Amino acid sequence: MIEVTNLEKSFGDAHILKGISTTFEKGKTNLIIGQSGSGKTVFLKCLLGLFDYEKGKIAYEGQVFAELSEAEKRDLRAKIGMVFQGGALFDSMTIEENVMFPLQMFTKQSKSEMQDRANFVLNRVELKDANKKKPSEASGGMQKRVAIARAIVNNPKYLFCDEPNSGLDPKTAIVIDNLIKEITEEYNITTVINTHDMNSVMEIGEKIVFLKDGLKAWEGSKDTIFQTDNEVVTDFVYSSNLFKKVRRMYIEENENS
Amino acid sequence: MQYLHNIGTYFLMIVEMFRKPTRWSVMKQLILKDIDDLVIGSIGIVAFISFFVGGVVTIQTALNMDNPLIPRSLVGFATRQSVILEFAPTFISIIMAGKVGSFITSSIGTMRVTEQIDALEVMGINSLNYLVFPKFIALTLYPFVISIAMFLGIVGGLAACVFGGYASIDDYITGLQQDFEPFHMVYAFLKTLLFAFVLATVPSYHGFYMKGGALEVGKASTTSFVWTSVVIILLNYILTQMLLS
Repeated sequence: MIEVTNLEKSFGDAHILKGISTTFEKGKTNLIIGQSGSGKTVFLKCLLGLFDYEKGKIAYEGQVFAELSEAEKRDLRAKIGMVFQGGALFDSMTIEENVMFPLQMFTKQSKSEMQDRANFVLNRVELKDANKKKPSEASGGMQKRVAIARAIVNNPKYLFCDEPNSGLDPKTAIVIDNLIKEITEEYNITTVINTHDMNSVMEIGEKIVFLKDGLKAWEGSKDTIFQTDNEVVTDFVYSSNLFKKVRRMYIEENENS
Repeated sequence: MQYLHNIGTYFLMIVEMFRKPTRWSVMKQLILKDIDDLVIGSIGIVAFISFFVGGVVTIQTALNMDNPLIPRSLVGFATRQSVILEFAPTFISIIMAGKVGSFITSSIGTMRVTEQIDALEVMGINSLNYLVFPKFIALTLYPFVISIAMFLGIVGGLAACVFGGYASIDDYITGLQQDFEPFHMVYAFLKTLLFAFVLATVPSYHGFYMKGGALEVGKASTTSFVWTSVVIILLNYILTQMLLS
C-alpha cells in the first residue's frame, strides 16, 4: 500500500500539486485520471521519487520515502516496476536483454537463469519469438508488452504505468489493460496507472483518483463513477457522445428496474 | 549567471559520475562497447586525415623554404614538430569533438527524450555512472589513437616529400631526429589525456541535461561540438603556457 498525505509540488511560481492525500491499495489497479495539465504526470513522478516535493509525505508500507537513506531508497526502487508512456526500452539492447536488465543489475542469477526468467515473463505477456529483435523492430503493442515484462521480471511490489495504452488501437489497449489487471491480481502488487482513457477506467478502475488543477477532485471506483453528481468528474467522463449515451442507458436501466 | 550555473552543474555531474558504481559485470560490457564505438570506430578517419594533413604540412613547409642556405632537413623537422606538438593532439581532438562528441550527445540526449534515463533512475541506477563513466574509461585509450595520428602524420609527410621531390628520405629522416626533445612527447600525451576527459564529459553533459524533443537533440549536438572545441582550445593554450614556456 502507498499512502500519500498532503502532497505539494511547485515549479517556480507554478503550483502544480496543491495538497493531495490518498492511498493506493495492494492487489488493486489504482487509476489516476484527469485532464491534460491536471498534474497527473507530476504526481506520478513524485511517487517514483523522480521529483522532489515541498510538502507532504509518501509512504510505502509505512516507510516514508523522503526519510529513507540512499541505500534504503535503492532497495525500495529495486521493488518498483515502471511502464513508461513510450515504453522507454533501451534501443541498444534486444528485447530479451531489455527484460533481463533489472535481473543483471539487482540479482546474482546466472545468465541461463536470467534467460529462463525473461522467457517466462515474455510468455506471460504473450510475446513469443521476439527475443532477439531490437525494440525498433517491434510494434507499439509489442513494445508495451516488453515494457510490462521488464517491469515485472524482478517480482516488483509496486507497478507504475504512465498512460500504458496511449497510441494503441482500442482492441490492443484493452488487451494491455487486462494484462496489467491480471498481473496485479496474480502477483498481489500495488499498481498505479496514470491515464485519461475512459475505456481503461471502465475496464480496470478498481480505485480511481480524479485530479483537477492539482487537487484531488474525486475518489471512487468504476462502479461509483457513473453515480457521482460531482460536476467536474461528470464533465470529464461524459465529454464524449459515446459515454453520454452509456450514462443515459445506465440511468434508464436503473429507473426501469 | 547561467554560465556559472552550467559550470557548477558540470562539476557536480563529474562528482556524481564516480558515486554509486554500477555492477562490474555490467560495467565491463559497457566499457568494451564504448571502446569499440569511440576509440576503434575513430581509427579509420583519424588515420586518413593524419596521413594527408602530414603530407600537406610537408609540402607547405617545403614550398615556403626559398633560401638555399636553409637545409632541406628542416622539412622533416618542421613536420615532426607540427604533427607531434599540435596537429595530432589538438586538431585531431577537435575533429573527434565532431565525431565522438556528437555521437555521445545525441545518444545520451535521445535516451533523455525517450525516458530511458528516467527508466534507469526509477530502477535506482546511478544513470551518470552507468552512461558517462564507461565513456571516460574507454577514452583513456585515446592516446593510442593520437600515437597512430602522430605516426601516420609523419609517414604522410615522408611520402609527400619523396613523391613530390621536395627532399630526400635521408634529409627528411635527419630532420625528424634533429633537436628531439623527449619532453615534447610528455607534453603532447598530457594534453591528449586531458582532452580525452573533455571529450567524454562535455558532450555527455550536453546530452544528459538537455530538455525538449528530437529537434533539441540536434541543437544539443551542435552546442556540444562548439563547447568541446572551445574548452580544448582554451586548455591547449593554458597547458602550452604552463609546460613549454
